Amino acid sequence: MNKLDEPTVAEQNVNFRQIGKPRTRTDAPGKVFGKTPYAGDYVMPDMLHARVLRAKVPSARMTRLDVSKARALPGVASVLTFRDLKIGTVATDIPGQTGFKRRATDQQILVDELVRYQGEPIAIVAAETVEIAQHALSLIEVDLEPVPGVYNVFDAQKPDSPKVFGTDNLVASYKVRKGDVEVGFAAADVIVENTFTTQYIEHAFLEPEVGLGWEDEQGVINIRSSTQAVETFRYIADAMGLPHSKVRIRGALVGGGFGGKCDVTVELYIALLTKATGRPVRLGFTREDSFYGHGKRHPFIITHKTGFTRDGKITASKIDITSESGPYAFMSPYVLMYATEAGPGPYLVDHVHIDSRSIATNNMYTSAFRGFGATQACIAYEQQMDEAAKVLGIDRIELRRRNLLKTGDAIATGFKVQSAVWTEECMDRAMAALGEKPKDKGPIKYGHGLAAYQQGYGRMIWLHDTAEGWVGVEMDGTVLVRSGMTDIGAGQTSSLAQIAGELLGIDMMDITVYNSDSSTTPLAGTSSASRGLYMSGNAVRLAAEAVRDRLAARAAQHFGSTADDVDFANAQVFLKSDPRKTMPFKELVATCASEGIHRAELAIFRAPFGDWIDPETGQGQVHPDYTYGAHAVQVAVDTETGEVTILKSIGAHDIGQAVNMAAVEGQIEGGVAQGHGYALSEELIYKDGCLVTPSLSEYLCPTSMDSPRIESIVLESRSGLGPFGAKGIGEPGHTPAAPAVANAVADAIGTRVFDFPLTPEKIARAVRTARKAG
Amino acid sequence: MTNRKTLKMTVNDTVRNVEVATNETLLETLRRVGAVEVKCGCEKGDCGACAVLLDGMAVDSCLTLTHTVGTRAITTIKGLGTAEAPHPLQTAFAELGAAQCGYCTPGMIIATQSMLTHDTATPDENDIRHGLSGNLCRCTGYTKIYDAVLEGAKAMRETEAAK
Repeated sequence: MNKLDEPTVAEQNVNFRQIGKPRTRTDAPGKVFGKTPYAGDYVMPDMLHARVLRAKVPSARMTRLDVSKARALPGVASVLTFRDLKIGTVATDIPGQTGFKRRATDQQILVDELVRYQGEPIAIVAAETVEIAQHALSLIEVDLEPVPGVYNVFDAQKPDSPKVFGTDNLVASYKVRKGDVEVGFAAADVIVENTFTTQYIEHAFLEPEVGLGWEDEQGVINIRSSTQAVETFRYIADAMGLPHSKVRIRGALVGGGFGGKCDVTVELYIALLTKATGRPVRLGFTREDSFYGHGKRHPFIITHKTGFTRDGKITASKIDITSESGPYAFMSPYVLMYATEAGPGPYLVDHVHIDSRSIATNNMYTSAFRGFGATQACIAYEQQMDEAAKVLGIDRIELRRRNLLKTGDAIATGFKVQSAVWTEECMDRAMAALGEKPKDKGPIKYGHGLAAYQQGYGRMIWLHDTAEGWVGVEMDGTVLVRSGMTDIGAGQTSSLAQIAGELLGIDMMDITVYNSDSSTTPLAGTSSASRGLYMSGNAVRLAAEAVRDRLAARAAQHFGSTADDVDFANAQVFLKSDPRKTMPFKELVATCASEGIHRAELAIFRAPFGDWIDPETGQGQVHPDYTYGAHAVQVAVDTETGEVTILKSIGAHDIGQAVNMAAVEGQIEGGVAQGHGYALSEELIYKDGCLVTPSLSEYLCPTSMDSPRIESIVLESRSGLGPFGAKGIGEPGHTPAAPAVANAVADAIGTRVFDFPLTPEKIARAVRTARKAG
Repeated sequence: MTNRKTLKMTVNDTVRNVEVATNETLLETLRRVGAVEVKCGCEKGDCGACAVLLDGMAVDSCLTLTHTVGTRAITTIKGLGTAEAPHPLQTAFAELGAAQCGYCTPGMIIATQSMLTHDTATPDENDIRHGLSGNLCRCTGYTKIYDAVLEGAKAMRETEAAK
């Protein structure tokens, strides 16, 4: 382990041959030449096309459902409603290679009696063509009698509110009691209290949900789909009353996920229709389906009451957190846990008091989204730090500096961080990269903003996360890797090739990775929770090391040396002590093959296992480890129109160890752009439960016109739990970006919009209000 | 019922006869005849994933009715270059990490090619922002796309100069 307290310039990864370099990814050629088949590109003979009928209203009782006309339409092979289901519900609990289902949060597959959100599926149709399937939907007769719904978390918590979930609309709640918050506030000279709110947002992956299913010669329902979680095969099997071994989910390279393809989407409909018809079935969501058909990011309301001494030391932090879950639980309890754990941010606070809850409504259900609640927490704690700095009259960076957690300090849940905490270095580098703030020009005001963060990587330790990986060497010296890990575009498979290649001395481009198949690749869990590289990378590292050890022992025998002295590079085997003694890797492999030396290994990697945190105090360990860093932004705000232009955006992160530097930068840059959109333009607007923005022309993701060049500053402490000391970066790259924008806007206009997103209208209004208050 | 027409279509230099409905979009036709490298992202012209070249000019194939294409040559990402004979933009996108999930990549490269041939062969970053504003990318934050377009355009100019 490196010296954790002394960040130095990364040593250019001198000891590695492939790891840490900005290599072309193994999946890149297929993508730029248009050769990569995505899940939606597969067809089969005799294939049917499916469509989903969705409820047009958010809260209703279904009094009549008649599909006879749709069934009679020529070309329709099957129409399924709740009446046709053997089992009416499907699990929505966290999927993955994490043992058993934890929570009884199953939801109806097709509307049985009550519609609980707009877009809830009522019937599914398979037909000879998409057009016939679409026509059949229009022939289904449904009577929906409106039932009073509840469309905000305040109303939902009232005793007389309509109940969407359980008896009280409470999906989950937690508390943290660290120290004594009253003692902390008594010691405070200044108390700052603010409430921050965030909005519903959409993943907007470019590839809508899609899949193709068929039944094979063993009676197994195969589904090739665009998914982050092949492990959902278990939930699909359970929902159909099939043995787990009779459902197989095979992924493909995924056209973006961001958390939105972790839950079951098209797969169950495909499986049901395949079983019903005995024919292959393809279901591709339209973009509109995608808006209605998967869980969104949770809106949060977070109130911070923070005590400070006059010189800026935090004495107490009282935080109240409410998230909106929509009518079903999905990942809401876990997302709330992340937000709770992350509550006070990357700061050392002795006295912490947090109450959090997730509340059901009849708005769209919410689930996983990059950052998983820690993002919303960051939006609150980092804006709060800036507001506090203003009240205290202390520089914003300096205030943070006086409170930052360090290695060995206890976070909100009392867990003492073991890895490097280089937040300060990241803050300083990000701010330095911003340079001088330009001088205001008339109505154009310039602002600088910063946000630091803490983001767990890996699963919550009570989920007992594991990943398996397989590495084998072919007779000709080429290498195969097998891992169930899905590849959602972050370079998951490429990194596995790079890890195996580094250890076996074979170029990553000469390694073939089979991934994302629930039946034939060793299961490695989901590409979520910033766990892909950490978990599957470690599993493949262990497998490759075992193969390497056996090959090295045989090579040592050949060279008359010790195995420790044997090294592998450039498809050659040689002695470190005498590099002239060399043999081709291929030759060594052939020798091993003829002698029956095992050239393959299946390894399992186990994350730290632990118990649930104490439910009364919230004390204990939640995550295996954390990533730290900071983001800095320069904006220009037109104070007359409220328009914001992001001029500079810099992400500085200690990622432990880069495996592919270009891929790391890509994660940061992409996460940042998503953060820009989150802060300024993206919002799913629900009016009494009905979505007002169901297209990409109404839901505004950043385009190139909105996106400056983003700068990544990558530090490597080599202190993480991932392969070679890596930490997770999939979510962290995104987490601090939005609050940094918000802080820059507030810096520019001298007042703050507390309610995300910071639209031109809200900014212009805030400027006017501040001027009047003068 | 919709009318049907038989058309002669040129896709990546291969001529084929295709029967299409008059309300069929070029995106639907191309994917139906196997050109699945043309991606479907929204079917409304919002995302640019389905962009193809018509006589060298980029269009959203989801907004183009197939029967209106006439004799114009259709080029998809596969017609631009191959692993054996890569187009400089393909090389630059691969080498500089401009393709992450890769779903926007075919449309993005097609739009870039159109911009470089019709608007400017020497784009600066601002030209690129304007030229690619109809193509959404959700993974890269566009930064490595800017790099790849600058690099690819440079390589294209050098190739042109060497002729």
